[in-house]
Amino acid sequence: MSTDPEIDPETDPNVDPEIDRASWGARMDAGSTTSDRLPRRWRNALRPIFTTEHRVIGIEYLVLSLVAVAAGTVLSLVMRIHLVWPELAVPFFGQVKPEDYLALVTMHGTLMVFFVLTTAPLSGFANLVVPEQLGASRMALPTLNAVSFWMTAGALLILLAAFAVPQGAPISGWTSYPPLSAVAAAGPGQALGMDLWLASLTVFCLASWLGSLNLLATILNERCEGMTLMRLPLTVWSWLVASLLVLISFSVLLAALLLLFSDRHYGTSFFIPAGDLVAGHVRSRGDGSPLLWLHLFWFFGHPEVYIAVLPGMGITSSLLANFSRRPIAGYPMMAMTTVLIGLLGLVVWGHHMFVSGMNPYAGTAFALTTMAIAVPSTAKVLSWLATIWGGGLRLTTPMLFSLGFVSLFIAGGLTGPVLAQPALDAYLHNTYFVVAHFHLIMAMAGVFSIFAGVYYWFPLMTGRLMNGTLGKLHFWITLIAAYGAFFPMHFAGLAGEPRHYSQLSGTTPLLENLLPLQRGITFSAVILASAQLIFLANLLWSIMRGEVAPPNPWQATTLEWAPSMARIVKTSTSGLDPSASKFHQNIACRAPYEYGLRPNGLDFIMQCDPNTKAE
Amino acid sequence: MKFNLVTIFVLFLLAQILLILPIFRRRPRDQQPRIWLAESLPLLLFGAVYVWMAMTAQRLWADDRYEGPSLTAMQVEVVGVQFQWYFRYPGEDATFGSTRPELVNAAAGNPLGLDLRDSEGDDDIVSSELVLPVGREVDLRLRAHDVIHGFFIPGMRLKENAVPGLTLHVHFTPETAGTYPILCTQVCGLGHGHMQARLRVLPAAEFADWLQAREGKRRAEEAAIKGGV
Ligand SMILES: [Cu+2]
Repeated sequence: MSTDPEIDPETDPNVDPEIDRASWGARMDAGSTTSDRLPRRWRNALRPIFTTEHRVIGIEYLVLSLVAVAAGTVLSLVMRIHLVWPELAVPFFGQVKPEDYLALVTMHGTLMVFFVLTTAPLSGFANLVVPEQLGASRMALPTLNAVSFWMTAGALLILLAAFAVPQGAPISGWTSYPPLSAVAAAGPGQALGMDLWLASLTVFCLASWLGSLNLLATILNERCEGMTLMRLPLTVWSWLVASLLVLISFSVLLAALLLLFSDRHYGTSFFIPAGDLVAGHVRSRGDGSPLLWLHLFWFFGHPEVYIAVLPGMGITSSLLANFSRRPIAGYPMMAMTTVLIGLLGLVVWGHHMFVSGMNPYAGTAFALTTMAIAVPSTAKVLSWLATIWGGGLRLTTPMLFSLGFVSLFIAGGLTGPVLAQPALDAYLHNTYFVVAHFHLIMAMAGVFSIFAGVYYWFPLMTGRLMNGTLGKLHFWITLIAAYGAFFPMHFAGLAGEPRHYSQLSGTTPLLENLLPLQRGITFSAVILASAQLIFLANLLWSIMRGEVAPPNPWQATTLEWAPSMARIVKTSTSGLDPSASKFHQNIACRAPYEYGLRPNGLDFIMQCDPNTKAE
Repeated sequence: MKFNLVTIFVLFLLAQILLILPIFRRRPRDQQPRIWLAESLPLLLFGAVYVWMAMTAQRLWADDRYEGPSLTAMQVEVVGVQFQWYFRYPGEDATFGSTRPELVNAAAGNPLGLDLRDSEGDDDIVSSELVLPVGREVDLRLRAHDVIHGFFIPGMRLKENAVPGLTLHVHFTPETAGTYPILCTQVCGLGHGHMQARLRVLPAAEFADWLQAREGKRRAEEAAIKGGV
């Protein structure tokens, strides 16, 4: 899997490091044509794929997420259409049976949470830029990193295979509560489909673990000289905290998955209570507790939300500062709140369980910790607003998506303190109100930060810029359709509509009355999904024909945009020759967001710039 | 709830306006925002709001769940089974008869697995709709046979999971006569969306009639079974 270091231009000491970053993508393409011998050509063709080069791995993660998000979106459209036109045979799918609907819910949630919202912002972008942002030459554990990617890809294939097995995909939702998930007879898809789900997530857990280990080691050990913790870009802070959360929470999920697997195949009863009667047979051999799964799952599941959204916060902070041409308002507090959100995120899991049968006193405790997490979140929003307030905004596409992130984060975040109140949650739990809440704050805000990142770092991947006109069109349609799809769900939830219902007609008037509202939501969802075709078109067009990017197209201060490709491994100060280039990527001389200070007519100073003084 | 919703909607609009306004300013301001004005002060205000919210929420929750029902509350058992709700009334002796999962046989008229050797179960009534009298507190004991179900009466703002292996209690007092849907809110298998029942809240006299009628029906069935034997 690892490549031969002797022919790898990235690490070859004889290759001139002073190569314009913009040409990097082009070199990657051209690499395979230099040789005329067939085996070597094959090797060269495969090299970019089975590489330990962190940026390529980053791109591979992003491509994987793109595949997963496309699949997850199609599944959600089938659900949306079936919900409001239950009689309609969906094209390429046919009539949707109730179990099909639940299988769609399960696979949609699993794909989106794990393979899109965890993979793209954490693994994808971190691999793309972390070493450069740290001034490091490479990842700490590059082989492990590559293994991690290929395991993630394997996990995705295993998951998708669940559609192809007899009885199809599992139907117990992405949370897979037992005994429904523990007993194969509990429903269609709960036999082999459920096993595949478990296998996929087990592999995903291990992969994320390895990936995070590498990220942590890199961030803690590979920082260049001068890159103190308080000079880290906020993106790095968020990846640091998210990686820590992965280590802590995914290990608990892994344990839970193994226990569940053991319940299913080895006759244990961790999660199956005594006398549990499914489809006419008593299934338990001991006396386990379904609530144990809920605790283990949500101990993972809640930090998972922060794993998904913290990187988005980091990206947004960086981009808002850049495109407002102002330093972050309150950098130390932003770093601190990132850590605080991570820590508090570990002790709020019980707010998913207020009505699960958990002791009501425990409900109180979790309500208080959950309310506490609103404080650092509010601090972040205030800092973003203060950063753009009074800035001269450059409304580029990545900036628009960052502003969209803040807007959606606020929209989804404000319902958080409502749901944190157990007495109110007792009504709203598992209704569309919750669906609206987490789709706005996690899914939509998360996806907006991914878009912001892709538009922003596209030059690092391809040497080109994405088309701005198409980008803006994409942004505005997506923003309006996102609100159109998810905002009205609050009203369905307030009216009492539960999640996971495959159809509303033929039930009670309480739900049938909501059909017009749900039709509107489906309409918006179709527009939302269609608008992504603009993004795809832009992506394909820009890869081939996009405007060639200058070395630092956004006039950014962080080191991934440093004008030289200088990669000097852990040099001491004495080993540096300052005359080699004006900037040295491997020394950080200042804070990460020095914008708008106007020294010598420039309105930004790069972190590696030793000479310029702020006025 | 209404207060909460209005507050967050106002904050939503305010925040969106703050977000949009800077877009229209082309010329950047030179001075930095004063951090205490932009962040610390609003943060303190928000912090106070959160503390207040947490306190009121606590009071509501404690009233609702900390204490059990009064001793005179009516007892009804709710059992969730894929994909059906059953409601059991303890009858005249006010005691539920024991049940065993091995005895469950819905086709033979014993969906809850009542143990016929237990005389306390002789007067138990099993219904597929929940019928309650107006103004009397009811103590529901929630159980499930197979998987986790979510017992939800939107009209009563009441939700609690029915978890196999656990017996959970919730209590409330219906105040307005009428018919209310009962839904399942925890995905429980392919029939989840249709796992629905009705709550009928009746004036006290009508409720007594209903109960009596059900008891008569039960006795008739019992006599039929015994006659058959
Ligand atoms: Cu159910």
